[in-house]
Parts: sequence; structure tokens; C-alpha cells
Amino acid sequence: MDLSNLWFVLWGLLWIAYFVTDGFDLGVGILYPFLGRTEAERGAIRAAIGPVWDGNEVWLVIAGAMTFAAFPVLYAALFSSLYAAFFILLGALILRGTALEFRGKGTGRLWGRLWDGAFFTGSGLCAFLFGVAFGNVWRGLPLGPGGYEGSFFSLLNVYGLTTGLLFVVVFAAHGALWLALRLEGEAGGRARRVALRLWIAGSLLVLVFLVNSALYTHLYANYLTSPALMVLPALALASLFLQGTMIVKGLYGRAFAASCLVVALIFATAMAGMYPHLLPSRTAPPWGLTIYNAAAGEYTLRVMAAVALTVLPVVAAYQCWVYRVFSRPIKEEKIREEEGY
Amino acid sequence: MDALTLSRIQFAVTAGFHFLFVPLTLGLAVLLAWMECRWVATGERVYLRLTRFWGRLFLINFVLGVVTGLTLEFQFGMNWASFSRFVGDVFGFPLAVEATAAFFLESVSIGLWVFGWDRVSPRIHALAMVVLAFAVNFSALWILLANGWMQNPVGHTVTAGRAELTDLGAFLANPYGWLKFLHTVFAGYIVAAFFVMAVSAWHLLRGSEVDLFQRSFRMAARFGLAASLLVVLVGDFHGSEVGKAQPAKLAAMESLWETGRGVPFYLIVIPDEGKEANALELFGIPKMVSFLAYKDFDAAVRGLRDFRREDRPPVTLSFLGFRSMVGLGFVFVLLTALAVWFSRRGAFKAPPLLLKAIVYALPLPYLACQLGWMVAEVGRQPWIVYGLMRTADAVSPGLTAREAALSLGGFTVLYGILALVGVYLLRKYAQAGPAEV
Repeated sequence: MDLSNLWFVLWGLLWIAYFVTDGFDLGVGILYPFLGRTEAERGAIRAAIGPVWDGNEVWLVIAGAMTFAAFPVLYAALFSSLYAAFFILLGALILRGTALEFRGKGTGRLWGRLWDGAFFTGSGLCAFLFGVAFGNVWRGLPLGPGGYEGSFFSLLNVYGLTTGLLFVVVFAAHGALWLALRLEGEAGGRARRVALRLWIAGSLLVLVFLVNSALYTHLYANYLTSPALMVLPALALASLFLQGTMIVKGLYGRAFAASCLVVALIFATAMAGMYPHLLPSRTAPPWGLTIYNAAAGEYTLRVMAAVALTVLPVVAAYQCWVYRVFSRPIKEEKIREEEGY
Repeated sequence: MDALTLSRIQFAVTAGFHFLFVPLTLGLAVLLAWMECRWVATGERVYLRLTRFWGRLFLINFVLGVVTGLTLEFQFGMNWASFSRFVGDVFGFPLAVEATAAFFLESVSIGLWVFGWDRVSPRIHALAMVVLAFAVNFSALWILLANGWMQNPVGHTVTAGRAELTDLGAFLANPYGWLKFLHTVFAGYIVAAFFVMAVSAWHLLRGSEVDLFQRSFRMAARFGLAASLLVVLVGDFHGSEVGKAQPAKLAAMESLWETGRGVPFYLIVIPDEGKEANALELFGIPKMVSFLAYKDFDAAVRGLRDFRREDRPPVTLSFLGFRSMVGLGFVFVLLTALAVWFSRRGAFKAPPLLLKAIVYALPLPYLACQLGWMVAEVGRQPWIVYGLMRTADAVSPGLTAREAALSLGGFTVLYGILALVGVYLLRKYAQAGPAEV
């Protein structure tokens, strides 16, 4: 495998790591006002992701920085083309991170309401906008000699919007399962009940996504030439089925594991359809970006591959160990006010 | 205003705001690691209470540093696409290493530290803070190697309109980056030292928790004095490096117009950019600029007139920023030396006047950090990568003034609110004092 191909795979894996991990805490933020009805329940929900959300978000920073280093042309084109979307996304990320930290540090109804609102809105917007952004990447952007020829509103097409909705619902189901595992008491019960409904909605949206991809994108072209790739969407559907079965059986640990696979495999399905494109142009194909015309020089790719393949396993192992430390469920009364970072 | 100007203002606002929180994180993490290790080593409860108290303030500050850092990570691509395309090969590399090796460590450790009091042993818990302190400083190294490359590009070739990394060793050994790193982290330690001294002094003036706050005051004073001396020392080396790598910046920092040998240092200077001369020069110390810049009293120093107008940085901003920063540096040495002297072990008798002065001096190290970045970045103009790419050529070609104005307005409002809330919370918890544990 040459370096550009290796980096295509690594790049996809980094985004998968981000969506699998941060996906559930974004989902928790989306469900937060609905599942947490009392002050204590809300505290418990925040504490359920408290120790891990920041570590999860690092995958976004790594994916962003690796894009810069490995595919600088993509980094430049993607973030400047989707300027307004990423501006709102940054604002949402900033708000929800701050909300998680500051919510427990003040007093009064207004304080609580404002930060609760920020946490919910920020989480929902992030999930939705990531869906819209990747939906449009998979669909292709109007790229020409002058760069991006669309606007923020041209991102809000049918495919972009349904992909945004897909991200919101799949992450919400992902988050519900995390809470089902981590929470006791009534809020935990609500999370377990809502998980099944979200799974049904999510499954419908996955089907819509697979059909829409045939209607609006060229993602299936690779599947026609290399049918072996079909294993990815097949596994995605199998995981989805497994997830539903486990929810019905009340085995939430396995359901969460299946949910991780669903998130990973849906993304992998789309990325396999993209290869070797990174950012196709739907108006003037030669102006699209591929792993060849967007990649950094070979020396940088080699150095970066060495860094990624040696350092990432070590820090990821550290992250897994921290997950284990916090694997015991949380009792509401145990949350101290000062814990809330 | 055009998209370029708006993008420059936005970068100044977002980077400057980010750097209100970073210096305290850099230094306070080290102090916290020190406190918690002493708690583990001695078992004296006062160190646990200190760790808890300063730890809470650390967290309020930390999260603001983290979330505002996200903007910087993506802003290069959003507003500076031409820059990103040109330098990504070289510049993206340290950012990626920072995210992978340093930021990852710090974000995982912080969760463990905040929520892990009852879940891991005290030793492991203290170790988490040691790892965190290492990680935040390691993070600074990579960011400043990236900035160091923009200041003094090394280890690359330019082919087909793009800079490509060719020599990793040269990039990693860039003296400009290392001096910047040391200068910046020591400046961060000064901010943290003044933060801890000022809050401690506030409580000492009220006579609350005297034993506890005398301890944190003493620790911070020693830490601050060491950092203040180091920042001056490194600053001197750094100045010489600027003279070698960016002579135009050096000339602007000194407001020196005419090239000459044995150039004197004037204590009071008023630059006049229109006339390309100084309106006033008073109290000269002979040959001092030559000596400071090149360690040779008779060295030749190039003046601004030696550079084409379009290659000169804004003089007044660079000059005033530099002068004020250096002046403040000596104030920090003086104040921390007094603080160390009056807080000696067994003889803590800091006069109320000194304590008050330290409370009111709290904004000064923050100001010095902002001024330092102003000198570094404004002084590098008109270049975004020194000698390779002009700032004017770096902006995203498709970016419209309207988009840039909206995002600038949005960030300014959002950051303004965050600043108010952050200051409110820091004040509240600083004044509340330590809890019983």
C-alpha cells in the first residue's frame, strides 16, 4: 500500500474514532433535557460523560490536524468552502464544552437553564452540522477553478439534510445506550426506554441514507467495480440488527458495542464509496480533490505515518484504561457539586 | 473592510483570547503537581486542601483554554486557505503531533484527575496531574515549533508553489522555536505565580486561612522569581536570535531607522513613522543596542531605512509592545524577589503594602503575554511566513468580507460572554476560599 492510500485509511479511521467516541456524548447532550427531569438527574447525566467527553473530543482535533498535515489541500479547501457551517460548528462546540464545565459552578434557576440550553443546543447542532458537512462531502461540492461556488444554504440540500438528521438520531441512540449502561434510577430507566424508539428511527434513516446515496451521489460506483466492498454495508446492517436485538433483550453493554459498530460502519461504507476522492466536485470533476492531488509530500506522509502508528496506540490505550476506571455506574446521590468539570 | 483585514483582526482576537487562559494553565499545572506530590509525600492535609482549592480554579480556566483552542485549530483552513495550502506540509506536522501526543494526554488526564478522587489511589491521582503538567508544556513546545517555523523557516524546500518538509532534524532543532517555547512557558509560569500570589495575598490581607495561604504564597513567590529571572535570560537570547533571523523586526522593536555600528540604546524614544525617524531620543546608553543584539559593542545593526517600505513591520506597535513587555519583565523580577524575601520560611512578614501591590499587579503578567505576542506577530509583518509568504497572499480566496465580518462579530460576542462568565466564576471561587476536605 502506498503512502497516499495508507493515509486515506488512517484519515477515515480517525474520523471513525471521533464519531464513535464523541458521538455518544453528543447524543447524551441531545437527550439531556428529555431524560433529566430533576436537578439530581441532570447532574448524574452530566457526570456520566464528565470524565471522558474531553478525551473524546481530542479525536476531532487529531482528525483536523492530521488532515492539515497529510492532506493540506483538502484542509484548505474543506474548511474555507464550508466556512459558515464550520463557524457555527465551532461556536456550538465551544458552548457545549463550557456548559459542561460551568453548569454546576453557579446557582439559581436562570444559570441552570441557560447552560442546560447551551449544552443541548450545542450538542444537537454539532451532530447535525457534522452530518450536513459530511453529507455534502460525499455528495460533492460545486468546486470550480475559483474554488467553492456554492453558499452556506446550498449545503442544505435533501441529501445534506437527511444525513444531518441521520447523525442526530444515530448519535442520540448511541448516547441513550451509554446512559442505559451508566445510570441507575429513573433517568436510567427513561434512557433504556427511549433507546428502542431511537433505534427504530435510526434504522429508518439508515435505509433512507442508503437509498439517497444511490439517488444523489456516486458512492456506489466503487461497489459495482469491487463487489467485495459490499461487506461494509452488509456488516453495518447486521450491526444495526444486532443493536436492536440486544436492546430488546435488555443487554445494553452489547447493544452499545453494536452501536459503536453501526457508527463506524456507516462512515466506512461512505468512505469506501469515496475512494480515491476526498472532496469531489459535482460541477467540474477535475477540480475535485483526491488522495493524490491533495496529499502532502512523501517525506511528511512518512514522518506522520510513523508518528500516528507509534503514538496513537499508546494514548488510545491510556484512554481505554481511563474508561475502565470509570466503568462503574453512577448513583445520583454520589455526585458532588464540585465534580462537574 | 476587506476579508483580509477582517481575518487578521479575527485571528488577533481569537488567538489573543485563547492566550488569556493558556499561560495560567501552563504554570498552574506545574504548581498543582508540586502541591499534590507534597500531599502524597508528606500526608499533610493542608497540601490536599491547597490542591483542591487551586485545582478548582485551574479547571475553570482550563476549559476556556481548551474550547478556544478549537477555533485556532480550524481557523487556518477557514480564513487562511492559501497559507494552509502553501505550508500544510511543514506546518501541519507539528500541529498533528501536538494533538496526538500532547493534547490527547492532557485531555484524558484531566478527566481522570477531576473525577478520579475516589476511583484511583492518591499516588495515581497525583501522577495524573504530573502527566497533565508535562502534557500542557509539551503541547506548547509543538505549537511554538510551528510558530517558530513561521518566524524562521528551516528544513524545507519550496517546490511547485508549496513548502515541503525535507529535513525533520532541522525543523525540530530550530533555535527560534526553542527560544520561543522557553520564553513563552516561563512567561506562563509568571502568570500562574502572580495568580496564586494575588489570590493568596487577598486572603492574607483579610486574615483568612493564614497558614494555608502563606504556604501557597511562598511556593508561588519562589516559582515566580525563578520564572522571572529565566524569562529575562531567555528573552535576551531570543532578542539575539531575532537580530539574526529577522533584522527588520529587531529594527522596529528598537525603532532604529539608520544603519550603524555601536548603536546606542535610548531610554525614551518617540517614533515618527511618517518622517522615517524618531521625533525624540533621550538618555542614550552608548553602544547598548549593538551589544544586546549581537553581544558586541561595535556590531553593525541594520536600520529600518535599509529595508524597502513594503518589507517593514509597523514600527510604533512593535516598539511600544517590546518596550512595555521588557519593562514589565523587570517589574516581575522586583516584585517576586520582594515576595520571596518577605515570605521566608518561619518568618512570613510580608507588609500589607506589598500584598496589596501584588493583588493589583495581577493583570500585568497577562498584559505582558499579550504584548509579547503582539511583538512576535506584528513584528513579523508583512510576512506570514518570514521571507516566504506575505500575509496579504495568505487569506482564503473565496472568503467574502460579509462572511468574515459575521464570524468576527460572532466570535467577539461569544468570547466576550465567556470572558465575563470566566472572570465571574474565578472571582467567586477564589474569594470563597478552600473547602474542608
